[in-house]
Amino acid sequence: MQIYLPIADLPVNIFLIFGMGLAVGFISGMFGIGGGFLMTPLLIFIGISPAVAVASVSSHIAASSFTGAMTYWRKRAIDIALALMLLSAGIVGTATGVWLFTFLRAVDQLDLMIGLSYVTLLTVVGALMIYESLQAELRTLKGMPAMLRRPGSHTWLHRLPFKVRFKRSKIYVSAIPVWAIGFIIGFVGAIMGIGGGFLLVPMLIYFLRVPTATVIGTSMVLTLVTMAAATVMHASTNHLVDAVLALILMVGGVIGAQFGARTGQRMRGERLRLLLGLLVFAVGLRFAYELVVQPDDLFSLRHVRRE
Amino acid sequence: MRRLSLIFMLVLLACCIRPAAAERVVVSLSNHRVAVTSSFVGEDLVLFGTIEPNQPRAALRPPYNLVVTVTGPRETLRTRRKQRVLGIWVNVDSREFVRVPSYLSVLSNLPIAEIAAPDVLRRLQIGLNNFLLPQRIGPDIADTVPEDPFRVAFTRLETQSGLYRESATAVTFLTPTVFRAAIPVPANVPTGNYLIDVMLFSDGALVARTNSALEVTKTGFEQYVADSARDYGLLYGLVTTLMALLTGWFASVVFARD
Repeated sequence: MQIYLPIADLPVNIFLIFGMGLAVGFISGMFGIGGGFLMTPLLIFIGISPAVAVASVSSHIAASSFTGAMTYWRKRAIDIALALMLLSAGIVGTATGVWLFTFLRAVDQLDLMIGLSYVTLLTVVGALMIYESLQAELRTLKGMPAMLRRPGSHTWLHRLPFKVRFKRSKIYVSAIPVWAIGFIIGFVGAIMGIGGGFLLVPMLIYFLRVPTATVIGTSMVLTLVTMAAATVMHASTNHLVDAVLALILMVGGVIGAQFGARTGQRMRGERLRLLLGLLVFAVGLRFAYELVVQPDDLFSLRHVRRE
Repeated sequence: MRRLSLIFMLVLLACCIRPAAAERVVVSLSNHRVAVTSSFVGEDLVLFGTIEPNQPRAALRPPYNLVVTVTGPRETLRTRRKQRVLGIWVNVDSREFVRVPSYLSVLSNLPIAEIAAPDVLRRLQIGLNNFLLPQRIGPDIADTVPEDPFRVAFTRLETQSGLYRESATAVTFLTPTVFRAAIPVPANVPTGNYLIDVMLFSDGALVARTNSALEVTKTGFEQYVADSARDYGLLYGLVTTLMALLTGWFASVVFARD
């Protein structure tokens, strides 16, 4: 069944879009991530312009992270104070990102920027995750505890000023790295149409030593708010959010996420991280391939304005 | 001598009264308004027409050839060229096409090169190679030669997306003076007013010309969404976000039972 998308200006198969929402939702529920880094490329692949894809996916991620956040809220696994501090910087990051998005679109370098950011972020984060989870697997094989947590170990990040105590997460850190992380997540989220969950979770664990209990719930609150803000900003500056596309995606996404979460809970954490790492790395390689291999057509068109 | 000149004048007069060969084209479009609804997947319009004498006793001069040029609302586009820079493919060069038709169909019953001479085709802007596609080149706005790489790429890309086309089979003559033309309206057409220019040729010369119009509009829900996104961006964004939250909340309520 075909449905005409009013902003993307083309007809799409409603079941295909719903199926994509379902599949990406399953993965996002399983790993506790938004899944934007999969959804945006998929939409571009079926012919939706990158700009509309990035803008519309942000509202889809807002929906799926809201479902997740509510589940974690009931389990009291959200550090509101930490989330708020990350957010205050995240909003600034999103605004900067939307501004740069508009600028790059005007100078014809948006596709390149999206491509480059995907390659760099996904391959690096993917490789780190694979490396880390393989080491954990090896330690399990040798009969040692899988998670090597060093509660007492302090890095230079912990010597920075403006220290704040986060009670729910039981950490005492400087506000500077918290703001920096929030800004980066908001920024890349707006540019790449991703929630940044797959970036934020490792950052919170490795840099701020946030315990596993609160990390995913807190990350989901941040994703929710940055993506909601990105939707509003993209809608009011670029007018590119396709509500029909977003609705089909989010309905599929929230259903898929519920089943994904159940599958994810039956798997061990290291195995899950290894799978996610492989997935992230593979998507990164796919983007690298596109940038390096000569495209079929060297020319492309961009609409400047209607008369 | 006087009588002779009188006879000559009478003959001349008789020649003038005799009806000259002249024809006119009467066309009718199957549908003047294409509605883009949520189930829109494109449409094919049919233009019917007849060729008839301009005056009651005017002679017709078959065989006729017909060219129908359909142009959509004007828009400005940029054609960009990629080049390898430091191992990756980057847009390095671009050319702006100023106020060109967003849709351009050149439909005829024969390949246009067989209908009229190149200079006639160029003057009447018939065919994708002859249609005026002004580009911004430095401070000037001008069309280039048809072989210009940006122009070639532009028409190729527009043809690939189905918005530009040149078809030598889209017009069929049912009788020597009755014809039909199939006008394809693909799903990705922009909304707005479309002009249909019908040109009749006989023996390589333009003998009659008429025009018609059609309108492509979004209707109902599609129009409502597109208008609100453009005119009330902030509100539209807030409503979309609210919709996302409701969907998320609804899912967590439905699935929280088990």
